[in-house]
Amino acid sequence: MTELDVARHNPLLDPGLQAWGWEIPAYLFLGGMAAGVMVLTTLLLARPGERSTALRWLPFAAPALVTVGMLALFLDVEHKLFVWRFYLAFRWSSPMSWGAWILLLVYPVSLLVALAALDEGQAEWLAARLGRLGPPVRGARGLALRHAAGLRVANVAVGAGLGLYTGVLLSTLAARALWSSTVLGPVFLASGLSTGAALLMLFPVNPEERHLLARWDLWAIGVEAVLLLLFLVGLASGTAAGQSAAGLLLGGPFTAAFWLLVVGAGLTLPALIELLEGRRLLRATVAAPALVLVGGLALRWILVSAGQT
Amino acid sequence: MTMSRRQFIKIGAAGVGSAALASGLGTRWWGLDGDPTPDPRTDGDRVVASYCELCFWGCGVLAHVKEGRVTKITGNPAHPLSRGMLCPRGVGGTGLLYDPDRLKRPLLRRTKRGEDLFEEVSWDDALGRVAEGLERVRRQHGPEALALFTHGSGGVWFKQFMKAWGSPNIGAPSYAQCRGPREAAFQLTFGTPLGSPEPLDIGNARCITLIGSHLGENMHNTQVQELAEALGKGAQLVVVDPRFSVAASKARYWLPIKPGTDIALLQAWTHVLLAERLHDAEYLAAHAIGLDELRAHVAETTPEWAGPITGLDPRLIRDSARLIGASRPASMIHPGRHTVWYGDDTQRERSMAILVALLGNWGRRGGYLKQDKFPLAGYPYAGAPPPPSRPKVDRPKGGLYPLANEVLANGLCDATRPGQSLYDLKAWLVYGCNLVQAMPDRPQLLEAIQKLDLLVAVDVLPAEICGWADVVLPEATYLERDDDAWNGPWRRPFIAVRQAAVPAMYDSKPGWWIVKELAGKVGLADHFPWTDAREFVKTRLAVKGQSWETLSSTGVLLGPEIPTCEEEGAELTFETESGKIELFSKELADLDFDPLPVYRPQEEGPPGTFRLLSGRSPLHSFGRTVNNRLLAEPYPENEVWLNADAAATLPGFEARALAHGERVVLVNQDGVRSTPVKVKLTQRIRTDCVFMVHGWGQTARGQRYAYGRGASDALLTSRVKVDPIMGGTGMNVNFVRFERAVEHA
Amino acid sequence: MSRRYAMAVDTRRCVGCNACVISCKTENDLPSGAFRDWIVTEARGQFPDLTLQIRSERCNHCAETPCVAACPTGASHVAAGGTVLVNRRKCTGCKACMVACPYGARSVHPDGHVDKCTFCLHRVERGQSPACVETCPTRSLTFGDLADPGSGVARLVAHRPHQVLQPEAGTRPFVFFLT
Repeated sequence: MTELDVARHNPLLDPGLQAWGWEIPAYLFLGGMAAGVMVLTTLLLARPGERSTALRWLPFAAPALVTVGMLALFLDVEHKLFVWRFYLAFRWSSPMSWGAWILLLVYPVSLLVALAALDEGQAEWLAARLGRLGPPVRGARGLALRHAAGLRVANVAVGAGLGLYTGVLLSTLAARALWSSTVLGPVFLASGLSTGAALLMLFPVNPEERHLLARWDLWAIGVEAVLLLLFLVGLASGTAAGQSAAGLLLGGPFTAAFWLLVVGAGLTLPALIELLEGRRLLRATVAAPALVLVGGLALRWILVSAGQT
Repeated sequence: MTMSRRQFIKIGAAGVGSAALASGLGTRWWGLDGDPTPDPRTDGDRVVASYCELCFWGCGVLAHVKEGRVTKITGNPAHPLSRGMLCPRGVGGTGLLYDPDRLKRPLLRRTKRGEDLFEEVSWDDALGRVAEGLERVRRQHGPEALALFTHGSGGVWFKQFMKAWGSPNIGAPSYAQCRGPREAAFQLTFGTPLGSPEPLDIGNARCITLIGSHLGENMHNTQVQELAEALGKGAQLVVVDPRFSVAASKARYWLPIKPGTDIALLQAWTHVLLAERLHDAEYLAAHAIGLDELRAHVAETTPEWAGPITGLDPRLIRDSARLIGASRPASMIHPGRHTVWYGDDTQRERSMAILVALLGNWGRRGGYLKQDKFPLAGYPYAGAPPPPSRPKVDRPKGGLYPLANEVLANGLCDATRPGQSLYDLKAWLVYGCNLVQAMPDRPQLLEAIQKLDLLVAVDVLPAEICGWADVVLPEATYLERDDDAWNGPWRRPFIAVRQAAVPAMYDSKPGWWIVKELAGKVGLADHFPWTDAREFVKTRLAVKGQSWETLSSTGVLLGPEIPTCEEEGAELTFETESGKIELFSKELADLDFDPLPVYRPQEEGPPGTFRLLSGRSPLHSFGRTVNNRLLAEPYPENEVWLNADAAATLPGFEARALAHGERVVLVNQDGVRSTPVKVKLTQRIRTDCVFMVHGWGQTARGQRYAYGRGASDALLTSRVKVDPIMGGTGMNVNFVRFERAVEHA
Repeated sequence: MSRRYAMAVDTRRCVGCNACVISCKTENDLPSGAFRDWIVTEARGQFPDLTLQIRSERCNHCAETPCVAACPTGASHVAAGGTVLVNRRKCTGCKACMVACPYGARSVHPDGHVDKCTFCLHRVERGQSPACVETCPTRSLTFGDLADPGSGVARLVAHRPHQVLQPEAGTRPFVFFLT
């Protein structure tokens, strides 16, 4: 029997680390979702054929999500007046630094792609509303259309990078046993694609697009499930620290939340629903996407909380 | 002077430009700034030497003063007690100085005594009220009807006042509520009490035995320094404690003794030392009498006899005795300090003193040294005030406690209840001592208080006793005042200076000022001819041409080295009747007490209860520091230690087991209920007792941080067993049961 | 030869008094709730077969610093002798370093930047010891240049059995617990 007494009472450190609260899971969720939006809208728009009006506007969701995410990050930061210091340095070893710059990069790439996705009518409508910014926006759209192919690649690349990075941010922090798995980056990317798809499905896209999104989501869920399995197995068969970390999700205090919200609500149930929707046995509703979103947020919240235990 | 627009723009631009540069436009805004070493700059512009008052030890400190504030306190390397190192309380003195709850202005009671409602008044009004009250008591009851309770170095002024006033009733709880039994026991055996600081050469001991003492959690700075030194040199520890204290964890032998059975263990050790010839025969032949009586007395008290009584394995008793004996003469039995446990405490300390003698440890290196005071002259008063016409009244009628050689503070409390003693006490002056936590049997204390005509409290913080006073006088803290020089006995005689580092805050005043002003108002000004404390000390130094400058700048004046032990050439003399160490005490026999200690079993508690033991935390000086926000950070409140296995079978907790950290209420055998306190479930204590650090559970609302924290063991000490030899109030005779604390909205 | 500052903490002498904790707070003018060092007491066993280890812990000023690696602005950096410091004017308070540290050695200062033990480098540069080392009444703390074989800390580490915290974390700490 071990009795450990730490004569310190710092709410961020005792009895356990609680440096990162809700802000970081929120930011990871929004970032992952933005990554999914970037990748999937590009894929959908690259298809030949009819595109819904909604789809043409949806690429703007990515920079919007990233903005809200950065707001969450700003709320987390304790030395707010010095936030600009993120952009006076780039440190190879720091995923936080990578993230700060990737987030910045998301704006020009995704905005240009979004402008190029609009048809003439929508573009004019937008330009008219922006008053003085109208002409530069038209110019930017022109630029975007001229480099459409390259921008599509960039959008997918930056999106994938963003999605991967949200997981890598955690996995490089080796002090936290729960996060020390190289699979975490791919897990968050898959989850990002899944939540991105789910978000898109909530908008009035046309049935074909909806059908594709559901199918891609199903694939993403599948990959995510396999990767999560690898993640748990890897931890549970590794070091003692890894085993006790895995135990938090396999019998410990986070078990119910993980299996109900992430595996049940976030993966299994939506997969079933989408399978049935795919076979035209169920009408398409917001059920599956909503569940995926809940599961995506829960996954990040649980991992960030449990990882600091 | 008018300025052209161009000039103005130039100056303005230059101003803006330099401001921009200073702000970082030059480097910071481009990430080009370097990484300077962060410097908190807490070193003082002035460093003032003084001695600490967070506990009674009096370590020499250096107060760093910067822009009128004390930034930090460090140890004075020149001071023999601190040697440049301070315990956490010494460093935490700024937490007292800047405590927002400090007493700020003199207070007069507005309503009933104890309702804790006061109005702020001027010093003149407050002291006028005190003077008026004292004079009335003197007219009606005589000057001896005033008692002084004092703790701390600033008490010297108030003791002088009592002398001038003509009352002998000066008491300190530190005697009968603390170290009294050991003083009586060592006086009986060796002819001298131990006093403070104790003359213990811990640093050179080869084996140190602690009976109940938890040195290490008990932070007497120099003793802990020396303990670490001794351990570093390979010394061994033997620790006798129902709790696995920090000291126990460093011990070669830990004896988790059943509480109340120490005398049996000590008798068994005595038996082993004598039977196996592990005593210092030559030393005893030269210096002691009564060895034959002792040998006969312990013939039957073998480890096998003591084993079942103490709950210890006889082999452990024998092995530890052998280590203790083999390490002689540098084998120290530490006398302890808070020794009022079971009412037979003088006899327990006698057992310990006898062992000290058997080991040849008295007057030897690694043992009890000869100490002396620095030859500082007394203040050259014109004449001494006349002695009081009546004796002290700290003993009840019938002349009990014949061997108490200091005043019994609880006796003074009793004498306040009408008819208890030779005459009644009608007024109390309480200096720096929170009687509410220091005294057992709180209802009796409060009953006595209500019988007083006048209660005056002098303190730094609004301690509980202040809430009961008629007049509260705010004293300045030790960092804000001059005091008399510290002049206690030490192995190298020295004195230390107490001088203000910063001016007194609020309307607080130093003790010397309070006494001088009060004396003036009661016609005793002639007895206080000195101008202030500094002049007082300078005059004392001047008598023998000793240097104030050196004292003030370095903090100390060192006297000539003296031989402290036989090895240094000291001659061993004993001020006993026989002139020798009295193993067998004729003095005790003549008073019908056991001349040699006899083990008698203690009363057990009711089933389902645990004996309540108390002790110390190194961060705190009992109740004095519970409001110190700096010291509270690592240790904000006390907890009750309960054996984890005992917790599993605790009566009343069958439905849901008591969990570590849960809050409980302790209820003692008399139905007294504590405030809620956290429970610490641990393997580090026996299953038949519980332990709490003393000093919490305070009810003074003025101490806003401490209020409502933890629980008071003093409150639960409703019962005491009085030592018939010197009147010490044995406190470890209360038993508690556990109840879940119900959270009140 | 470049210096490598290190500290030795003698767990056999240490009594866990907290003098190091309070002196650090006053030396470095730390606000309420901030601890750059703290006492950990670890008891093992069943009554009466018990052991106790008392450790005065602080930032270990590691050689392989996960905190410096995680810092996006360079605020966390390695200074003289391997001392790990935080430049409060570069710190954004993102707390990545706090999460990266396996020892919980970093906390957030009320001003917003991250705070931690600095080995009292400001004192060391003046030839003094860190505040905790100077006041420790049991002389359990020894600070010095590990690269100098004659220094107190080098000799202690060479001759006394010692441990570091969480060696499996791969951080190569430079605070050694003498056992």
